[in-house]
Amino acid sequence: MWDYTDKVREHFLNPRNVGEIKDADAIGEVGSLACGDALKLYLKLDESKERIVDAKFQTFGCASAIASSSALTEMIKGKTLDEALNITNHEIAEFLGGLPEEKMHCSVMGQEALDVAIAKYRGTAVPSHGHDHEHMEMEGEIVCKCFGITDQFLKKVIASNELHTAEQVTHFTKAGGGCGGCIPKINELIAEVMGEQPKEEHKRPAKLTNLRKMQLIQDVLEKEVRPLLWADGGDLELIDIAGSLVQIAFRKACAGCVSSGHTAKFVEQKLREYVAEDIRVEEVEG
Amino acid sequence: MKEIYLDNNATTKVDDQVFEEMRPYFCEFYGNPSSMHFFGGQVQKKVDEARNRVASLLGALPEEIIFTSCGTESDNAAIRSALEVSPERRHIITTRVEHPAVLTLCRNLSKRGYRVTEIAVDGEGRLDVDELRSVIDEDTAIVSIMYANNETGVIFPVEEVGKIVKEKGALFHTDAVQAVGKIPMDMKNSTIDMLALSGHKLHAPKGIGALYLRKGVPFRPFMVGGHQERSRRAGTENSASIIALGKACELAGQFLDDENNRVMAMRDRLEKEILAIVPKVRVNGGLAERLPNTLSVAFEFVEGEAILLLLNEKGICASSGSACTSGSLEPSHVLRAMGVPFTCAHGSIRFSLSRFNTEDEINMVIRELPPVIHRLREMSPFGREVLVSN
Repeated sequence: MWDYTDKVREHFLNPRNVGEIKDADAIGEVGSLACGDALKLYLKLDESKERIVDAKFQTFGCASAIASSSALTEMIKGKTLDEALNITNHEIAEFLGGLPEEKMHCSVMGQEALDVAIAKYRGTAVPSHGHDHEHMEMEGEIVCKCFGITDQFLKKVIASNELHTAEQVTHFTKAGGGCGGCIPKINELIAEVMGEQPKEEHKRPAKLTNLRKMQLIQDVLEKEVRPLLWADGGDLELIDIAGSLVQIAFRKACAGCVSSGHTAKFVEQKLREYVAEDIRVEEVEG
Repeated sequence: MKEIYLDNNATTKVDDQVFEEMRPYFCEFYGNPSSMHFFGGQVQKKVDEARNRVASLLGALPEEIIFTSCGTESDNAAIRSALEVSPERRHIITTRVEHPAVLTLCRNLSKRGYRVTEIAVDGEGRLDVDELRSVIDEDTAIVSIMYANNETGVIFPVEEVGKIVKEKGALFHTDAVQAVGKIPMDMKNSTIDMLALSGHKLHAPKGIGALYLRKGVPFRPFMVGGHQERSRRAGTENSASIIALGKACELAGQFLDDENNRVMAMRDRLEKEILAIVPKVRVNGGLAERLPNTLSVAFEFVEGEAILLLLNEKGICASSGSACTSGSLEPSHVLRAMGVPFTCAHGSIRFSLSRFNTEDEINMVIRELPPVIHRLREMSPFGREVLVSN
């Protein structure tokens, strides 16, 4: 069971400002039925059209999505649009006494709906994602196809919440939580925003006996190379090792594959990465 | 607040009689069944009795029962053994709707050079037996197909599957964790080679399971060490829990009729009333043959975790196939495999009954559930048109 705070429970059981505003000045819609959560936010402005006098919401989602929506509407009432835009998802979560990290995307959804509502009202580009609202202009390129999330949006969330791992990005935005195909791209975005290099350095042993080198080559082939070939129905066999020359033969789908030359290069690259700089890989019949 | 417990596919109450049966085997009769002295020997006798009781429920021989620590261990032991005894066969067949105990193992094995085929199900969660026929071949080492699904209760035609498997000389394992004790089974007249069961799903404690292994089927143990369980599962016997499992199986046999009459009637009434009162509802697997105790029902336009937490406020304990309860972001793999429309997959709730439920409890759910759904639909931006008719 989720460890929700009393405040989350209270806002879930007795949500404030549920409903719609018929003559709303601004409406922001994010999420969809397919995504598993969605929020429609209605804003009513004062005569100067600068200050929010009323806010209501309709939410489809879990307890934390409903509580976040309730918190958001309470927080923005009485604020000017610019003040409201300064509210971060972190402040929404804080208002509720915190959210489980896996549920942080609910607070992000609240902030996002607010951004969308105000951007639409002002006629500026919508800093958002979403597949349901096709009339909206979206900034950036789609990174996560499962949940329709753009790089611009991800960068913003990564920066404002100081996220360091792809898992955190999933908790905060859902991106990467479907098929997982975009996780490498998410890691790149984290590196770009947070100025971190993805850690991909493998320590090559400084000195190797011949015996140790042969063992290491076999190890790398077993653990790093063959599982990748299996995934495509291929395989390889180690035929011989002579100094730095590694002879391999391709099996199954790799045998006779037109790109086996490319695969041999890949094997060589892996072995150089893990074993020694001077490794050469040669494909032989066998 | 008194709980109304309708989550028996997750785990069950330990039956008082089961607890009384196991109680003396902690502080009083704590001997090791393997010991030579009378003090251990008397425990061995009770372990033997438990083995007989488990075998009797399955229509099996006592020596065909291996006690394990849980259903997951039984599944792992069965599948890994099958692969070891036929190293030349590199193909595994399972289904898309298996419990993670089987599915995660098979997917891991697929990264270790095994070819894994996951058989599809139709919209009602029924197995595509034709697909099994077309993919099984001489390379198939093991077919692991569940007896009944934990989320929907849909029962698979295991005997038909077994016949197909035998024709190709492969082994057939079934994860029967949800089925044992709920529907009758008879291993004497069966095509099943191995079968996994779990104690805590049938009113025994957690931490005890068993693997049925047909006499004559080759086996390589997963746990090695001592000679326990005829060297098929090393480790000192969890004697108290084994004794509890034996008692639970004996009781399950006695209550089988009750399960398939009274419990099923309560489930059917719950289903019928929900469908009658709440609009835009579908029963997942409703047209398929199902376990007598399970009801998976999908409510459109609302999300499962929110439903569960509002039911929780009333003391009603159920579970959900929704993403948000598990912390994952997609609805359960079972509902997705069935192609349950995304408009309602997120709002699926599972009620699973047991012999300890009463008509009053079902009445209470029928009273409390519709307002919960209505309240969440009022909050939802979707399906607003439903509210008018409600």
